[in-house]
Amino acid sequence: MKNRPAFLTKNFGKYDPSSISSYMRIGGFDALRKAVNMDGEDIASLIAENKVKGRGGAEYDMGRKWSQARKVVGENKVVICNADEGETTTFKDRELIQNDPFNLIEAMIIAGWAVGATDGYIYMRAEYACLRPLLLNAIRQARSYGFLGQHILGKDFCYDIHLYSGAGAYVCGEGTALIRSIEGKAGRPRMKPPFIKVSGVFARPTCLQNVESLSLVPHLLLDDDKEYQSYGVGDSVGTKMISVGGNVNHPGAFEIPFGTTVRDIIYNLAGGVQGDRPIRLIQFGGASGKVAGPEILDTPYTYQDLRAAGVMVGSGALCVVDDRTSVINFLRINQEFFSDESCGQCTPCREGNHHIQIILDKIKEGTATREDIDIMKTIARVMSMSSLCGLGETAQNSLKSAMEVFPEVFTVGGANA
Amino acid sequence: MLTAQKVYPLPKELQAKIDLVLESHDYDSTQIVGILLEVQDLNPLHYVPEPVAYYLADRLDMRITNIFDILNFYSELSDKPRAKYPIQVCSSIACRVNDSEGLANLLKDILGIDFGETTYDQRFTLEKVTCFGACDRAPAVRINGKVYDHLDSREKIEHLLQTLD
Repeated sequence: MKNRPAFLTKNFGKYDPSSISSYMRIGGFDALRKAVNMDGEDIASLIAENKVKGRGGAEYDMGRKWSQARKVVGENKVVICNADEGETTTFKDRELIQNDPFNLIEAMIIAGWAVGATDGYIYMRAEYACLRPLLLNAIRQARSYGFLGQHILGKDFCYDIHLYSGAGAYVCGEGTALIRSIEGKAGRPRMKPPFIKVSGVFARPTCLQNVESLSLVPHLLLDDDKEYQSYGVGDSVGTKMISVGGNVNHPGAFEIPFGTTVRDIIYNLAGGVQGDRPIRLIQFGGASGKVAGPEILDTPYTYQDLRAAGVMVGSGALCVVDDRTSVINFLRINQEFFSDESCGQCTPCREGNHHIQIILDKIKEGTATREDIDIMKTIARVMSMSSLCGLGETAQNSLKSAMEVFPEVFTVGGANA
Repeated sequence: MLTAQKVYPLPKELQAKIDLVLESHDYDSTQIVGILLEVQDLNPLHYVPEPVAYYLADRLDMRITNIFDILNFYSELSDKPRAKYPIQVCSSIACRVNDSEGLANLLKDILGIDFGETTYDQRFTLEKVTCFGACDRAPAVRINGKVYDHLDSREKIEHLLQTLD
């Protein structure tokens, strides 16, 4: 693919990520200066105009989220940056933090101004502990330059950013679990309502966004030529960070314009499949994502086209699996992930994951009966309907989609199909 | 009154080190997860011993049950001794389809231990973990926070194990 855009990644390699003055030399904090002279609602409208959807996986309209966060009545509002990207094969936020930490800090300050918050929290997974000094340094420097603290840029705006660490719990990517973890508790999700936007961390109104969603905002504020809108197709405006892994020659994180075909992503950006082997399946959006067969290769990577093809953008991950791994083996590995990561609090998720794992083993061994397969379908349905949080609701996405794409595997004795 | 420090006295030197960690987190008990991660690495076997947990509960004015709830909930934290070099092998999909199982089997064979076990000299323990975000370097292992990749032969693994010190 020629002329790959660098919109979200335009700062990569352009400044020293440990130096605020180096960041300011390339126009760092210009977006914040512009933002504090704008009304928060106008910032939310700008985001809405660019049709940005939250990049954590839920695809919620981001401008709308900010507008709602502004309108919530309550003191000491909070902005949280979810840097707990725990979906498998997802490492795009890692790239954003590592290469452009000051942009994220600037984005969080802009978010604070726009929604009227007094505190920002970054919740970063323990696996990225090596990036902790970089972010702490960025926060410290922003504070000493007066971009954090009291009366930022001479405005009646007081705001600070705090860095919190996770400790290896996938479920903490879920909003209510993440909030409990920031409160210094075990990260067990809770029932909603109350919704986070009304009662989030420390019972304060909370606006929770993914690293990539936030990182986009400073660039959009300075995008007078509407470069962002020149990328993309239809309602999928702009560019997207994706991470490609599995059986590809050059796994990595890439910024692509929406509308790039899956084939282009796998064969041009990620260097094709190892040993030119045929693709068995591709999982989109991490462990909780759905799968598709190789017939998806010519589908453009957009929210709408992927949905029509039975998968979702989700976390932006593409895990390519070649013909050396059978569908059942893939599902069994994915299932192991959820059996490990279920917090065990609610019955459908705790028991469901356990029993589906047992039945998958039976299918693998060729001892599953028709009844086993029917029970598995029922459990998967019950889990998505009645689990407490998103983890249990989405844990069987890969199984359910695989049953549609590869029905032959789920016939008695069909494990090797 | 019977305080934790009377029941479980800690060496002054260790107390000072823990206090430094606490200070860097402003003695903020909501930062307990991050505090435990750092305190755990003060121990040569990378875990939080009971006396240390009590000390933290005391200093942060937290209930000891909450500390143990957190220690048990988060997989990166441990209240049981691990090893000088806990070897975390990723068991998630991107690593698995790149034969992380073969890598795990080689490690098991070289070290003579299974997952969850520790070598007799307490130098190595093998841990099966879920995705740690190094999928672009699959199959990967993580040892004390550092990711090692391209471990596709017995020689390379042996070389890594020998050069860790």
